[in-house]
Amino acid sequence: MALLEIKNVGISFGGLRAVDKCNIVLEKGELIGLIGPNGAGKTTVFNMLTGVYLPTEGDIIFEGKSIVGLKPYNITERGIARTFQNIRLFKDLTVLDNVKIPYHMHAKHGVISSVLRLPAFFKGEQEITEKALECLEVFGLSDKKDELSRNLPYGQQRRLEIARALAAKPRLLLLDEPAAGMNPQETHDLMELIYWIRDKFDLTILLIEHDMSLVMGVCERIYVLDYGKIIAEGTPDEIKTNPKVIEAYLGKEVHV
Amino acid sequence: MNDQNKSGSFWKRNTPGILVAVGLLAVYLILHFWIQGFEIGGNKYQLNKYYTLNIYLMGMNIILAVSLNLVCGITGQLALGHAGFMAVGAYTSAVCTMKLGLPFAVGLLAGGLVAAVMGIIIGLPTLRLKGDYLAIATLGMGEIIRVILINIDYVGGASGLSPIPKLTNWTWIFFITVGTVLFVKNFINSTYGRACISVREDEIAAETMGINSTRYKTMAFCFGAFFAGVAGGLYAHNFFIIQPNLFNFFKSFEYLVMVVLGGLGSLTGSVLAASGLTVVNLALQNVPDLRMVVYSLVLITVMLFRPGGLMGTKELTFSIFKLNKKRGGDRGTSGN
Repeated sequence: MALLEIKNVGISFGGLRAVDKCNIVLEKGELIGLIGPNGAGKTTVFNMLTGVYLPTEGDIIFEGKSIVGLKPYNITERGIARTFQNIRLFKDLTVLDNVKIPYHMHAKHGVISSVLRLPAFFKGEQEITEKALECLEVFGLSDKKDELSRNLPYGQQRRLEIARALAAKPRLLLLDEPAAGMNPQETHDLMELIYWIRDKFDLTILLIEHDMSLVMGVCERIYVLDYGKIIAEGTPDEIKTNPKVIEAYLGKEVHV
Repeated sequence: MNDQNKSGSFWKRNTPGILVAVGLLAVYLILHFWIQGFEIGGNKYQLNKYYTLNIYLMGMNIILAVSLNLVCGITGQLALGHAGFMAVGAYTSAVCTMKLGLPFAVGLLAGGLVAAVMGIIIGLPTLRLKGDYLAIATLGMGEIIRVILINIDYVGGASGLSPIPKLTNWTWIFFITVGTVLFVKNFINSTYGRACISVREDEIAAETMGINSTRYKTMAFCFGAFFAGVAGGLYAHNFFIIQPNLFNFFKSFEYLVMVVLGGLGSLTGSVLAASGLTVVNLALQNVPDLRMVVYSLVLITVMLFRPGGLMGTKELTFSIFKLNKKRGGDRGTSGN
């Protein structure tokens, strides 16, 4: 059984058909790329997957159950976490607090024990802190834990966002343009990081990216979206030579 | 960090907390005897009624400012109906003690609980709105409460409810104020407080990180309303009479000014601003003509030089006294 099945999903904003009859299948453990020209509807697909938008038609099946109509926090609890195209960290919180927030879902102590500072509170908070520190350690951000996240350099903010998404303990990770604004060296490091987190956390990853070296380098299969429709699907080599994809990106050859 | 906590004696670890507790106890005892009056060498010393009243008001203002800060500063929801919840608490507790003959403590608790329930009822539909829309909706809700009270004859309508027994005293004010500050401090320094702060910082990101934003907004609103209700109860039992028009829009605004002046999101800021503005008000009673002018000037000056409020989002902690050098350690909170 596939981990995630997007079946004939479509969404309209008024008269604009942003995504139309989109079909994507993800098997467990795969690393899939979603590419397409600007405005093709890639982020809209992500927003439908995470419950930010409600698709007007079609169904999204995650681990055998439909997740259409669930709130974003329910979907996160089910095991899908994401990062954002324009980084959305909690800017005025410290790096450590940013990573602590996803652990809130699993907090065992209640409001009353928090307010009265009962032993359950100390135990629960300690557990959260330890897990968050562990997570930062993995991403090499431990020494920055007390800094405000807005003060981190750009590349580390991206890293922190991935760390925060992984703190939600997902089985499916959605990365929205993780390499945007990075230089080639940083992109290369990111590539290795993506491979590494997939193996370490036993994840399935769907990523949107414009940087072709990254997409072609890490993805096992690629879906190409243009004007809201999936126009091609296949291995990186197949996609590179697909005439429809070349047309979408570069335009048609003109014979005079 | 863990090892550090385990080493050192209980006293050393909790120095800031113990200092605050001792300081607060001293303040309580000194004012307790001063308000009651004491004799040394045949001379009787007693704080005059007017100053006593203002100390009570300071306590109530702190409760209201801190509880409003939980909603506006911590959770980032601009709500303007705080006086409405205060009115609900004031009337409920007054009815409990006056008409039903219940003890004061029960009255206060009932006032708080009814206000909290009102908070949930009003919060669930309005907290879906954002920013200025929420401000206007809650403003309207506050006014609705006032108008409803005017039209209930059982509580005296527009002429007000009296005579309310004078049951509020320094002990009640002091312990409820300290309790409120402690409650809010403990709440915001827990995973629930972080959830509220994450909603303030970025609601969409918070939701995708598994935070049910409606739940935490309503929770903050409900706690805020509870403490406003309790403060309303204290207010009612201090002034003999309450009228619906006491709890109008300007009252809500007064507390919002305190919260903004102290710094949205800073507890100690709210406490400082609430105490400070009470003192400013007191000092200006002698120059009634210039009172509002100077009051406004104080506000404008503070906002010009400290646009983020007196404390910004920071807290006044013991680290400034070099007692607690570790960053992110226990936060000491100054009391009133």
